[in-house]
Amino acid sequence: MAKIRPRVKVPKKARVGEIVTIKTLLSHPMESGQRKDAKTGEIIPQDIVNYFSASFNGEKFFEVDVNPAVSTNPYIQFTLKVPEAGTVSFLWKTDNDGDFDTKKKIKVV
Amino acid sequence: MGEIANEITRRHALMFGVAGAASVSFGLSAFAKELNTEEAIAAFVGDIEVSDGKLEIDIPEIAENGHAVPIEVFVDSAMEDDDVAEEIIVFADGNPNPDVVTFKFSTLSGEARASTRMRLAQTQDVIALARMKDGSIHRASRTVKVTIGGCGG
Repeated sequence: MAKIRPRVKVPKKARVGEIVTIKTLLSHPMESGQRKDAKTGEIIPQDIVNYFSASFNGEKFFEVDVNPAVSTNPYIQFTLKVPEAGTVSFLWKTDNDGDFDTKKKIKVV
Repeated sequence: MGEIANEITRRHALMFGVAGAASVSFGLSAFAKELNTEEAIAAFVGDIEVSDGKLEIDIPEIAENGHAVPIEVFVDSAMEDDDVAEEIIVFADGNPNPDVVTFKFSTLSGEARASTRMRLAQTQDVIALARMKDGSIHRASRTVKVTIGGCGG
């Protein structure tokens, strides 16, 4: 399988109280559990990213329950109202590949 | 002559057999899916009265590729005090499983807006429900025509 890698896009700086858009993507096949192997005819077992969350300075502010109907390389976009300078941390949970995380700092101007 | 007749009959029998089986299984599964979606919605809503208007779904009317259809959901709310959209759940009533995604927001979100890309197996309705902090539930739905389905393979 291709290497699973988180990618996030967060503005480097924002004004206090500004609502910023955050874009995230985890490279992952999101095997739906509906597809059949072309050679054997057997159903390929489900293997997905099932959960995502984002926290700001340790406080969880956005969560997603992810089902097999989300596309390959799950892309999730959402917002944060920046209260102060700090760090946004991201967490993905998968069926079979463990957890993935990354973080980004936001400065205030 | 006899052989040809036999051949034709067998072929027809096969064709009818396949067509019959296909229509029966399709009919059953379509019925089952509708029930699944209704049950999933009922499980989220409970006995609360659902209203329209506050929730928006932004999704293409026609999806050429059902493997990755961009969708954005948005609730018109201040995200302060009691006017907070706490979660938005998205269902697709023509997929093998109606559940798509649940977004959970907080006051730090600033606004109740989220996007992703979803799979649509066929032309169908995409339904979203939002639960507000005061317990009220808002609903929106959009029909999406799908040219190439995005579930089997």
